[in-house]
Amino acid sequence: MHPVDITEKNNYQRSFYVEGGNFTYAGIVSTSIKSILKKMDLPVDLVRKSAIVSYESEINIVSYAKKGVIKLTIDSRTIQIEAIDEGPGIPDIELAMQAGYSTADQRIREMGFGAGMGLSNIKRYADVFDLTSEVGKGTYLKMIINRI
Amino acid sequence: MKLREVKEILDAEVIIGDDKLDMEVKTAFGADLMSDVLAFAKAGGLLLTGLTNEQVIRTADILDIAAIIMVRGKRPTAESMALARDLDIPILTTKYILFETAGRLYTKGIVGCLDKVDAPSGHN
Amino acid sequence: MDIETIVKELNLKVRAAGTNLRKNISGGYTGDLLSDVMANSQEGDIWITRQVHQNIVAVASLKDHAGIIIVNSCEPAKDTIEKAAQENIPVMVSDLSAFELTGKIYNLLGKKDR
Repeated sequence: MHPVDITEKNNYQRSFYVEGGNFTYAGIVSTSIKSILKKMDLPVDLVRKSAIVSYESEINIVSYAKKGVIKLTIDSRTIQIEAIDEGPGIPDIELAMQAGYSTADQRIREMGFGAGMGLSNIKRYADVFDLTSEVGKGTYLKMIINRI
Repeated sequence: MKLREVKEILDAEVIIGDDKLDMEVKTAFGADLMSDVLAFAKAGGLLLTGLTNEQVIRTADILDIAAIIMVRGKRPTAESMALARDLDIPILTTKYILFETAGRLYTKGIVGCLDKVDAPSGHN
Repeated sequence: MDIETIVKELNLKVRAAGTNLRKNISGGYTGDLLSDVMANSQEGDIWITRQVHQNIVAVASLKDHAGIIIVNSCEPAKDTIEKAAQENIPVMVSDLSAFELTGKIYNLLGKKDR
């Protein structure tokens, strides 16, 4: 990973590629995001919230989509994480948001995910949560953690 | 309590982190659902689980979990072991089931680390 | 020790009582993977889990568990409660974490008839 300069903590942007279906590397992007935020010396609770929402959304991309991108944008007021994927999309967002609802297969469940808690976790930790989806195209999820 | 005592209470084998046995731990969280861990577990505690895959290690890293205790004699996969070494996360394995593992640690003074302040919305 | 005693001692909320609150608890099993619980839990166990899906009732029924306690204040799904009533499986909710609830039940069982 390229070195992060602490002076970038008010103006930083980076995109990470996420491969769908590849569980071996699932989480690697979130580990990187966490380490970037830590190097910027941001408060631990913000680092933790950002890492959790990033990780849940990364797991979602790996679990359901063909491929995706996670975009990290930091400015003086917010940490913004966008998860954009090309995949089947979500036909009924309200239903998908319901705790306990899941379309996960056995493989995902065996890894400890797919219990229908991911999106509600994200909603719980993000100050702003915006989910849009188009069936057959993909899903766009914007999460903002406020710094102030 | 030191991780060394945890090892003794659980008659556990240290798989990774022989050099970390003097680390202090006070809390624990037991689960086989990583989203549950992500929702509720606090930093610095033990993670007790029957899962062994890389996502357990990633979850522990994301949350700054002190050490992973694999129950029921489970051992990390080769990939998990490599990742835990990379991320510097101790792994112990005990033959006890999660019920016995949690019971023993609780009896010896380890406490739960449920974040009870704000229950997750929509967990109906 | 029966379920009713544990409900009182640990302040559990009963979501499905069945007719079995006097059922004896012989041991405990804590876990969220249905395949693991199927394979390794024992008859008469009180099952402690974070799962809320109706499949937990089928597992508890097949394994003759004394009952199910859902942790972290998570509520069972509606069809879980319905199925539990049909199958006569007591389902309770605790505001404790699985770790803490397990610790308390472990000690209660240890004190009485173990």
